[in-house]
Amino acid sequence: MAELLAVSGVTKRFGGIAASDGVDLTVASGECHALIGPNGAGKTTLISQVSGELKPDAGRIVFLGRDITREPAPKRSRAGLARSFQVTCLIPSFTALENATLAIQAKQGHSFSFWRDARNDARLIGPAMAALSRVGLDARAGVPVGALAHGEQRALEIALALALEPRLLLLDEPMAGMGPADASRMIALLESLKGSVAMLLVEHDMDAVFRLADRISVLVYGKVIASGSPDQVRADAEVRRAYLGEAA
Amino acid sequence: MRSPVISRARIATVLLFALLALVPVYSTLFSAPFYLTLFARVMIFALAAVSLDLVLGFGGLVSFGHAAYLGVGAYAVGILAYHGVDSVFVLWGAAILASALVALFIGAISLRTSGMYFIMITLAFAQMLFYLAVSLKAYGGDDGLPIAKRGTLGPFDLKSDVQLYYLILIALGLALYLGHRIVGSRFGRVLEGAKWNERRAVALGLAPYRYRLVAFVISGTVCGLAGALLATLTNFVSPSYMAWTRSGEIIVMVVLGGMATLTGPVIGAVVLLVLEEVLATLTIHWMLILGPILVLVVLFARRGLWGWIAGRHG
Ligand SMILES: Nc1ncnc2c1ncn2[C@@H]1O[C@H](COP(=O)(O)OP(=O)(O)OP(=O)(O)O)[C@@H](O)[C@H]1O
Ligand SMILES: [Mg+2]
Repeated sequence: MAELLAVSGVTKRFGGIAASDGVDLTVASGECHALIGPNGAGKTTLISQVSGELKPDAGRIVFLGRDITREPAPKRSRAGLARSFQVTCLIPSFTALENATLAIQAKQGHSFSFWRDARNDARLIGPAMAALSRVGLDARAGVPVGALAHGEQRALEIALALALEPRLLLLDEPMAGMGPADASRMIALLESLKGSVAMLLVEHDMDAVFRLADRISVLVYGKVIASGSPDQVRADAEVRRAYLGEAA
Repeated sequence: MRSPVISRARIATVLLFALLALVPVYSTLFSAPFYLTLFARVMIFALAAVSLDLVLGFGGLVSFGHAAYLGVGAYAVGILAYHGVDSVFVLWGAAILASALVALFIGAISLRTSGMYFIMITLAFAQMLFYLAVSLKAYGGDDGLPIAKRGTLGPFDLKSDVQLYYLILIALGLALYLGHRIVGSRFGRVLEGAKWNERRAVALGLAPYRYRLVAFVISGTVCGLAGALLATLTNFVSPSYMAWTRSGEIIVMVVLGGMATLTGPVIGAVVLLVLEEVLATLTIHWMLILGPILVLVVLFARRGLWGWIAGRHG
């Protein structure tokens, strides 16, 4: 499998804390690579460095063969990286459809178009509705984000990322705060995406991780302490001690 | 979710423009030229306030230096007229070009900051231009610069106060229409999206800086046109057009009328300037009355006066 993303030696310090401490990690095209680890291990920090929101202190990030370590976030997103946020990050006063429409606008190139009404533009509404229906939100298109249930907001997060038709999805705890019904719907959705788009998946829900992941890396105190197939990671003594044991 | 076809907002807008269009009739019938000048000035400030609303209301960018563009537009007209240019087309064209360039320069630098820094840096640039105007001794310095005569623009003879009035009304109407197109366009949606959640916009691949800069230049240009109209109306330019209190007044018009409503700032300009006029005839301490009124409106009407007038869908 061709390598899509290669993170090497990435280090990020916040004061005395090394949130990323020489992280090496790759995602192959079409692969679902899960990143697990205890709270504060540095998972979100790593996702943010790949997405471009944070710049690493040291190390290199290569995406599609290009060094993107110093590239700004919007440029990375246009190159095929899309992220979802652990804490829902939507435009609260916009409806679900308006959020999705903005994503479609971004996907279709620049938005320096000043005259035509974007809210009645079939070239935007069509694909935006399609993105919503992929996550089962088409019936809720006209509802402002503030009035959506938590599970629906989480689904919209994913819809926005999917609307960008990325090569690599960076998913930061997509199931965070969801009830069991919503969570299983989300797992089914991610399962349906498997193979068509590569994923770097941060998740605490071990059932989900073992169902979805082709490969798992375990992050503890900013360091990858184990990486391998789900079976290898499950069997790893250090992982059990540092993480799985703790969680059980 | 769509507003009804004939919404309260639409009725209110038509009514507002009808009333403004009738002012010259009233002032001619009752030989009260004072009203003609007052409302011409009101509309010029309304134009400035509408331009500010694009960046303040829709972009979330608190420019505390919009009087600068008023001044740049006015001085472009004043200085060229002083050197004998009498084509209104050239004078106003120069005002538009000059204010666009100044807005591009100020915006390119200011938009690298945000929040309180943005407020302060836009104020600082406006103050610099204010002192520059004061130091222009050749063009009157502190005392300002009179403009000898008004020319013609197409079918309009600006020597006629009534014709100038209608030209200003047309400019305001066009700016409002343009504004409504812009805020509903792809560009406008990005501008507003980035106001509510910049992080989300960036994650989608939208770089807010460029969109904000373009909005800032459009806004400064329209405000510069307002300055050119002001110079033409008063036959005079002065550094006071650029005073920081002027920038504050334009902000008050936007907030009072209703941010992110475009038409609201027109109401804001009407109410503020007319109240000023009325209260000033009653007492020299009119600010003491106006202040609390403003506070009440801001406290009780989130979307300003326009929120009351137009209802939820305005
Ligand atoms: N902006 C920041 N400033 C200072 N410290 C930070 C910042 N962001 C993260 N940290 C610290 O870096 C460490 C890693 O945080 P991070 O959010 O990446 O962990 P995480 O693995 O995503 O945790 P969780 O499972 O709780 O989401 C933590 O100790 C956190 O307190
Ligand atoms: Mg996290």
